[in-house]
Amino acid sequence: MEFLLEPLEYEFFRHGLLAALMVGSLCGVIGVYVILRGMSYVGHGLSHAAFGGAVVGFTLNFNFYAGAGAMGLLAALLINRITRNGKIKSDAAIGIVTTAMFALGVIIISRVRTFTQSFEAALFGNILGITGEDLLVIGLVTASTMTAMFFMYRPLLFSTFDNEAARVFGIRTGIVQLIFSMLLTLSIIASMNVVGVTMIAATLIAPAVTARMMTDSFSRMLIYSTIMGAITGVAGMYLSYILNAASGATIVLFGALLFCLSLLIKFIREKFMLRVNLHRHGDLIHTHPHGQGHGVPNDRPENGKTNADQPAQENR
Amino acid sequence: MSSAVYLSNVTAGYAHNVVFTRLSLEIGAGRFAGIVGPTGCGKTTLLKTILGTHPVFSGSVLLNGQPVDSVPPGAIGYVPQLGSVDWSFPVTVEEVIMMGLYTNRRIWPWASKEERERIHDLAHRLGIYDCLQHHIVHTSGGQRQRAFLARALINNPKLLVLDEPTSGVDIKTQHEVLHLLGDINNDGITILLTTHDLNAVASHLPWVICFNHGIVAQGKPRDIFTNEILTRTYGGDLVIVRHEGHYLIANNTPLHLTSGLS
Repeated sequence: MEFLLEPLEYEFFRHGLLAALMVGSLCGVIGVYVILRGMSYVGHGLSHAAFGGAVVGFTLNFNFYAGAGAMGLLAALLINRITRNGKIKSDAAIGIVTTAMFALGVIIISRVRTFTQSFEAALFGNILGITGEDLLVIGLVTASTMTAMFFMYRPLLFSTFDNEAARVFGIRTGIVQLIFSMLLTLSIIASMNVVGVTMIAATLIAPAVTARMMTDSFSRMLIYSTIMGAITGVAGMYLSYILNAASGATIVLFGALLFCLSLLIKFIREKFMLRVNLHRHGDLIHTHPHGQGHGVPNDRPENGKTNADQPAQENR
Repeated sequence: MSSAVYLSNVTAGYAHNVVFTRLSLEIGAGRFAGIVGPTGCGKTTLLKTILGTHPVFSGSVLLNGQPVDSVPPGAIGYVPQLGSVDWSFPVTVEEVIMMGLYTNRRIWPWASKEERERIHDLAHRLGIYDCLQHHIVHTSGGQRQRAFLARALINNPKLLVLDEPTSGVDIKTQHEVLHLLGDINNDGITILLTTHDLNAVASHLPWVICFNHGIVAQGKPRDIFTNEILTRTYGGDLVIVRHEGHYLIANNTPLHLTSGLS
């Protein structure tokens, strides 16, 4: 128990833990929509655009978040506009818009070398350097994004699943997409100093894909992904303290580890279910759970054992 | 009979491609009609124009006497082509049906008691109550079609529009779905669908619209399924076999000629 309490004596760890908890759960929620809307690459791209904005903002003596926010939102709007008529696909639009903005930031850094060091935090994350202002920004973005996603649950789900039908049912899908892009941009900017531009995509995606392995229900996937994101953030922070490793990278690796575990569990579960449910009835081998086949109570394979090693003739 | 769908001199298409010009079409309330025509003839564009999701260059579209852009949400039920659905999407049958309740403008994510009762009643009626908690990919073709039908019917629409409801399902399911649509039509709901399956149309639909960048002909199947009309619609030679009031329509071109074999 002491290993859990000891790091909490340090203010930098308490700040980092709180930031990781909020960013983890925030990315968990928004990541579900990101992967289901096929926007994984958007998250990656917007973080790069926001980085370019942060550099431009810094050069113009703006606040870090103001520059990153303005450029991130501009990128989201541009991508929406360019892809609207369907002639240019979103991956191409993201490739040109966000990389150009990132390149702008890199050029400015190369010209004004004096502040190169300051942007390492944005690139690779510096959760242990989280300030009170950072916590406030992360808290506000988490609260407002969670609230918006809660009240937009129905139109967001419908337009994510079936955009055409959603329009027929009266959903203004263009506005829903725009609001979602803005919420995603804000979430990415809030997460930048925690995990870094280079690793935000994994923080967004890992909890959601892990949750997808655990359920076939959308509402449950949202809940599981949020919990998974929060656990990843907190556990990653503790692990980074214990292992004395970079916090952002540890959080990302822990998320990837959870995903691998969920894949393994799913694989074993499917193998096990197949062995349990495979039945032989004469020459016919097929699957159904015990007690649910042919109206026979406690239906068992005739030879008393399963036939998982033999090919199924009927496998629904 | 009042009009459920009324198109007047409608021209629609895409930036460099006009799909149909000055099209006028009237479908009476309570009718059960099918639009047939070859691939690329503009059936889907026509359907989207009627649904109000595809802008028109000129002309007017009225649904139940109202301009299509002012029809209240839920007054039209829509079932998309099942081939366009992402079956790996994590939704249960119940969640699919619940999407239709968006028009209630309820802000809470979960269904109210009244909404849940409506979902359960409709699921019972359509025979999918037992699979409400199943992921959509773990349901049969017929159950999937019924799940999307339930979503379209949850708001008691006056007009039901279906895009290719008979494609991608076996022949038995095709007939079940068309029988079910017939029952729904008997409750007074106007139904308009597109299909490639002429034989299913001939057996089940009381009204057929032959379409190829414009209306070629419309009427009852017995009046429409003639060599002359089908040739004008499809541009090929089709054989119509009539037997005891039933129709069988087949391509008259020998298979070895269509496949390029000699």
